[in-house]
Amino acid sequence: MLLRIDQIQKSYPGGRPVLRDVSLTLDQGETLALTGESGCGKSTLLNLAAALDSFDGGEITLDGVPLSTLDDSGRADLRRHRVSLVFQQFNLIPSLTVEQNLSFHARLAGCHDTGWSTHLADRLGLSDLLARYPENLSGGQQQRVAIGRAMAARPKLLLADEPTGNLDETASANVLDLMLALVAETGAALLLVTHSQDIAARLDRCVHLSGGHIT
Amino acid sequence: MTRAVIQALLSHWRVHRLQLATLLIGIALATGLWSAVQAVNAEARASYERANDQLAFGQYDELRNPSGMIPISRYVDLRRAGWQVAAVLEGSLQIGERRLQVLGVDMVTYPTLPAVTQVEQSATPPNPADMLTAPGRLLAAPSVQKLLRDHPHLPPVLPTDALPPDLILTDIGVAETLLNKPGQISRLIVLPNQPQSVQPLSDIAPELELTRASARIDTAQLTDSFHLNLTAFGLLSFAVGLFIVHGTVGLAFAQRRAMIRTLRALGVSMQQLVWMITIELALLALIGGLLGLVLGFFLAGALLPDVAATLRGLYSAPVDGQITLHPHWALSGLAMALAGTLLASGHALFRLSRMPLLTGAGLQAWRGATSGNRVIPLAGVFLIAGGIVISYLFDGLIFGFAMVAGILTGSALLLPVLLSLVISAFQRWTQSPVAQWVWADMRAQLPGLSLALMALLLALAANIGVGTMVSSFRLTFTGWLDQRLTSEVYVTAPDSELGQEIAQWLTPRVTAVLPIRSAELMHETGPLFLYGVIDDQTYRQKWPLIASTKDDWDRVFAGKAVLINEQLARRSNLWPGDFLTLAPDHTLTIAGVYSDYGNPTGQAIVSMAQLDQIAPGAEARRFGIRVAPDRASELAQDIRDRFELPRHAVVQQATMKAQSLAVFEKTFVVTSALNILTLGVAGFAILTSLLTLWTQRLPQIAPVWALGLTRAQLARLEVLRSVLLATLTAVLALPLGLVLAWALLAVVNVQAFGWRLPMYLFPADWIYLFALTLVAAFVAAALPALRLLRLPPADLLKVFANER
Ligand SMILES: Nc1ncnc2c1ncn2[C@@H]1O[C@H](COP(=O)(O)OP(=O)(O)OP(=O)(O)O)[C@@H](O)[C@H]1O
Ligand SMILES: [Mg+2]
Repeated sequence: MLLRIDQIQKSYPGGRPVLRDVSLTLDQGETLALTGESGCGKSTLLNLAAALDSFDGGEITLDGVPLSTLDDSGRADLRRHRVSLVFQQFNLIPSLTVEQNLSFHARLAGCHDTGWSTHLADRLGLSDLLARYPENLSGGQQQRVAIGRAMAARPKLLLADEPTGNLDETASANVLDLMLALVAETGAALLLVTHSQDIAARLDRCVHLSGGHIT
Repeated sequence: MTRAVIQALLSHWRVHRLQLATLLIGIALATGLWSAVQAVNAEARASYERANDQLAFGQYDELRNPSGMIPISRYVDLRRAGWQVAAVLEGSLQIGERRLQVLGVDMVTYPTLPAVTQVEQSATPPNPADMLTAPGRLLAAPSVQKLLRDHPHLPPVLPTDALPPDLILTDIGVAETLLNKPGQISRLIVLPNQPQSVQPLSDIAPELELTRASARIDTAQLTDSFHLNLTAFGLLSFAVGLFIVHGTVGLAFAQRRAMIRTLRALGVSMQQLVWMITIELALLALIGGLLGLVLGFFLAGALLPDVAATLRGLYSAPVDGQITLHPHWALSGLAMALAGTLLASGHALFRLSRMPLLTGAGLQAWRGATSGNRVIPLAGVFLIAGGIVISYLFDGLIFGFAMVAGILTGSALLLPVLLSLVISAFQRWTQSPVAQWVWADMRAQLPGLSLALMALLLALAANIGVGTMVSSFRLTFTGWLDQRLTSEVYVTAPDSELGQEIAQWLTPRVTAVLPIRSAELMHETGPLFLYGVIDDQTYRQKWPLIASTKDDWDRVFAGKAVLINEQLARRSNLWPGDFLTLAPDHTLTIAGVYSDYGNPTGQAIVSMAQLDQIAPGAEARRFGIRVAPDRASELAQDIRDRFELPRHAVVQQATMKAQSLAVFEKTFVVTSALNILTLGVAGFAILTSLLTLWTQRLPQIAPVWALGLTRAQLARLEVLRSVLLATLTAVLALPLGLVLAWALLAVVNVQAFGWRLPMYLFPADWIYLFALTLVAAFVAAALPALRLLRLPPADLLKVFANER
């Protein structure tokens, strides 16, 4: 079991509980789609799984590590070495070039592999864009860089929050294809948040979040 | 609709209160420092004008003898011939530490002065005869009356507030005795209503020269350089303050782009928007300006006493230490705030008005346009070159300042490019991803911080430059004092007779008695003080010559040569080997030039015999006494007891030096105060820039945080970045500051005071300033860093959320 989410509760200060009792599991190499209405707490759940935020009750175990036991630096360490993230937007570090962005996570994690990075850039069609800065890229290009950066660190778990939400249908299909192919290639597990039934259908499993529960 | 739009626009400030405060403080600081300097200058100028009115200076043509005093017989000749002239005798009187000007006028013929009218109309008018016959009466301001109370040998004093401070008005007969200049006249004023046909001047008194009232140099002109100095500093502070305004307004506009786009999409025209924003800015400028005026008023009140002391000490300029509030000062301060704010916002307004309806609302677009701009560094190079060229082509204080201003602003404009180059070099050189990101991010931050950093550069350079100048001056000055104040004890007798008696008594008891005698002559460049000296080793060994010839002292004591001070040498371009005419039949070779700080007037030294020939009857009341240092105290007390002299009439060398140094320190109190204030403003500019950039920081930081850095690490890096930028700026400021120091010492000082000073370096001061800068940068960055440390992850996550 790579990821185990167990009876998680989460509320934001001054708000109603967003997650009341959420449990799910994800195996190595498995791909899982998470759907739900806007505002139901999908991003929240994903962020908890990525050790970005703390939760109020329950437990999340990632690669055998219970997250509730970790402090700030423990969580940072986990993000560095075991998970990679792709957000809907603002994924990239604005002050670094595409090339630097691509290798940043892998170098932070201390597992940078030039051959693998070049391969990724090729696969993602970024070879000509390496010297550019993120602000000069289209949305689809930015998303491809974000995926490349995530995969460059060879994570065990890839978390993606509506990675194609900003793109048109063709671009969206392209990005998804690439992501699924790379996940398959590296044997990583994927948890992907989406609104689209079509996308959800292409993954191994699909769960639905509603009213703070998985249904 | 207008109301709705205004409400929408103003809502920005409700959300960004800190930004609003920053903007107002920026305007207030700029206006405050500028207005304070203006108030000080205006107050001083008003004092000069008041003095001119009170003494009827500059209203009449005058007759002067270019080679000295006018004998009373000439006065009689002129009056007999029908000339309507009035005699004036001027001089100064040392009372304790204060030097008082004595103005003796012929009360019968001189136009009635306001002070005389006031005294005559007072509740207890003096008998007119008392004014004219011995012992006579002195008219003086109440403060002077208080001062003279302890001097019973002086005539009675009548108080009046219609006289400038530090001045005694009396009848010319009384002044003769007071100044010990019997039968002498300094100048004659030519009264209006001269009879039709009088004998021409060339027949009666060919040696006298007529100066038109309009052609005379007055105090205001003399002190021009001093006021220009202050104005330059005021302008620098103003500019530094405007940097804050520019930065804040730019950011506020960038943040309001989205709102403005929406408003335009809803049908508000760009023109309307620009108008409303301009009015909004004007209102903010007025509020900030008012705050600035309050600040400026108190600041000026605090600075004026020192300025007044300096002006009195340096130029004998009559200045009160009191500040008064004038409406036109307030109005011009507000106008300055308004103009400055609009100037600082002009760029942002212009860009806003050109913003296409559909451009991205993000800050990236705003930043992107600022960077990559080639015009600014080019302008910088052009300004530096222009400043240097100007100083080569033209002579004069204004051009000296133009050079300094050109170099300073030009370097400031070059700063972002230089920093960017340095940072790129570091970035290429580092290996670790975090370090690489730190440098890259620093470079990305540059456009937003560059104004604050420019302000810091200017403030630091000004501090180093002015600090180096003042310290070099102090070092030179103290060294010079050691050379000049060689005698162990200085004595001032009340009159020449007692002076002689003291000298005779002293001669067998001490190593040497050195008389200090002088006479005031007129030279084409202004007043010239001629000193007579007797042959003594003290002069030969110690006198601070900056240009000398072989046997210089031998020739001076032989009555064949003269020594002149640096001011006179530079002003008239006279150097060893040239000739100086002291009287019509008296021309001597210049044997050397000596440095002479503390007064802007010309001076010359001749042998005692020469002095007696050129200016007979120069009083002999002052002496320097050479004696074994350990006997000095005892001797001073002996003289006081034996001749019943007050404490201040017998002064030891150490006291004299302390007094001179005190005057020196006072001269630079104002400059240092403005200096520190400017540095403070620059520090504040960094803080506000960092705080206003805060909202821009999150999108930069959040991705790195998500990839596995803790907030604590990121906060530390934020501080490190700010300290690094300040360090780089400080390193660049050092050479700039030294260039500035050189310009001040070699160009501005020569123009303003007439002396050139050697430049000394004070690395300890730099280290102190450097440390101060680092602390300021640390403190400025600590607040945002602390905020980052405490930031809940949920807020960082908002960056990735859809609504951004
Ligand atoms: N940082 C936050 N602070 C306070 N409330 C938050 C924060 N982030 C999310 N919320 C609230 O929590 C609830 C869940 O938000 P979340 O972003 O997880 O929804 P979502 O399912 O991802 O929605 P969408 O599909 O629109 O992205 C929402 O009601 C939202 O308002
Ligand atoms: Mg979401």
